[in-house]
Amino acid sequence: VREIAVISGKGGTGKTSLTAAFVQLSPRCLAVDADVDAANLALLLPGEDGPRRAFLEGRRAVIDPRRCSVCGACSEVCRFGAIRRTSHGFESDPLHCEGCGACAQVCAEGAVGFRENQAGVWRVRTTSWGSLIHARLAVAQGNSGKLVAHLRREAKELAQRQGDQLLLLDGPPGIGCAVHATITGVDYVVVVTEPTESGAHDLARALDLVAQFDIPAGVILNKADLNPEGADLVEQAARARGVPMLGRVPFDPRLPRALAAAQTGLEIEGTREPIQAAWDTLCRRVWGKEQGDDEMAVPRQPDCREACGTCQPEGMARHRRQP
Amino acid sequence: MRVAIASGKGGTGKTLIATNLAWTLARRGAEVAYLDADVEGPNGHLFLRPVFSSVVRHAVHVPEIAGEGCSACGLCEQACVFSAIVAIDGGVRVFPELCHSCGVCVRGCPEQALVEVPHESGSLRQGHAGDARFVDGLLDVGEPRAAPLVQAVCGQWTGVSYSIVDAPPGTSCAAVAAVDGADLVLLVCEPTPFGLHDLELSVEMCRSLGIEIMALINRADLGDDSVRAFLEAEGVPLLAEVPFDREIAQACARGVLASTSVPSFASVIDAVAGMLTKRNGSSGS
Repeated sequence: VREIAVISGKGGTGKTSLTAAFVQLSPRCLAVDADVDAANLALLLPGEDGPRRAFLEGRRAVIDPRRCSVCGACSEVCRFGAIRRTSHGFESDPLHCEGCGACAQVCAEGAVGFRENQAGVWRVRTTSWGSLIHARLAVAQGNSGKLVAHLRREAKELAQRQGDQLLLLDGPPGIGCAVHATITGVDYVVVVTEPTESGAHDLARALDLVAQFDIPAGVILNKADLNPEGADLVEQAARARGVPMLGRVPFDPRLPRALAAAQTGLEIEGTREPIQAAWDTLCRRVWGKEQGDDEMAVPRQPDCREACGTCQPEGMARHRRQP
Repeated sequence: MRVAIASGKGGTGKTLIATNLAWTLARRGAEVAYLDADVEGPNGHLFLRPVFSSVVRHAVHVPEIAGEGCSACGLCEQACVFSAIVAIDGGVRVFPELCHSCGVCVRGCPEQALVEVPHESGSLRQGHAGDARFVDGLLDVGEPRAAPLVQAVCGQWTGVSYSIVDAPPGTSCAAVAAVDGADLVLLVCEPTPFGLHDLELSVEMCRSLGIEIMALINRADLGDDSVRAFLEAEGVPLLAEVPFDREIAQACARGVLASTSVPSFASVIDAVAGMLTKRNGSSGS
């Protein structure tokens, strides 16, 4: 199974609609919505959802008011501002608690216990284009990277069982932990950007991150005709880093309404062709010719034990080139 | 008063609204600080073109072995829930990328062999853009943890009449850190199914933090009415609507403040600024 991650640096450049179009163009592909903060891929790939499954990760402190002597030691050591004074003692706020256990470490009364933390839910959807794994991070959770890593493990297993050839990951914006978890160990990264100064600025940061992970990448310029100067900035940023352009997709004001009707742009003449061209170029980059060839144009990335650098030190050390 | 400009979905126009709002408030004579808390991809500087007066490195604290005391007992590894410290080869190895700076390992070391040392994760840049104060955070490429730098950005200029926080997208820790403690969150949304889905998550996030919410719909004519219906059903006041306009899009693309070049947009932002001024006056802060 090959893995391709679609990221962007800047948000709202069109990652999700392009990913959905690619899923529809690809035979035997398993899609993963790795933007667990704001998962939208399922809106474009209708189908039948399987049962909802809980993602349990970490723990949250719970203070037993009957044992608490109201000494306040816990609130002094908590680095996350999670422990608050109330009218009847101290309470831990689950939205701020990270489960580190500092409070329990210093509590002389043994009043701090822990409960398991449900960090999100995930499910597998069956669509006409293959399976889609999507999730919803519980609000205000700090561990989106771990949920992404979990989804990727599940996806790999499922892909192997089903004989899928490609895992296509719709990634989150930014360059932080959730993006690291999305790209660690993938075979190729597609960065979708837009012809603006902001797009070029965030593209450069995303490409620099991908280079640290030593993964081959290509750029797709979306809304390509909106601003020629911005397009130049984007192409310069890619060229300066030796990263190829995979395609240019023009802006189409009909697209937002098409997306609202769960269409991906492939239905619109004038938008379909450049998306198809970008997909073909991507396949040539990844597989040599077209999807399905065993010989890959890019070397296979070594398997990461946990698929996520942020939760597995060994994985991180193995995949990261030191900056 | 601290106003966070946020959205679940990326690319809805947070920076467009935040930069123009800060500029407009400053032009109306108010004391304003613009705080760009989208430290993974800060873009406010491309529009406000600030003159920077200081750039300081931001650091988080991570453990390190000091001296010869470590007995490689492994208690620190057991205590660390983030797997950031591992007892290995008669000593310990620290993975700063995984560390949450909670201090548990240092406090729990029976030999007192661990100390906390700074680990640089980004830059905090300060300056001014015209009459507005300008702050942004620039997370180092390769650093996974954005939230501590977001908190550092949001901790600047707390005393001014208006601090406008440009929040990162999403609903996880970095977004929470940016809206936490705000007096008001202005959610910038788009009237599409994506926009609606992510707006629902943002509303849930703000409500669970107990922060007042208002909304602004951007590209208001490119979509449907479901976002308006949702806002009404949830009782979230809709402050303004900005239609899609190629002139605004082009100003954004070129790094130009749309308020300076598109009069219809300027009047929308001016109305928002007027509303904030009225609120700030009546609350007496």
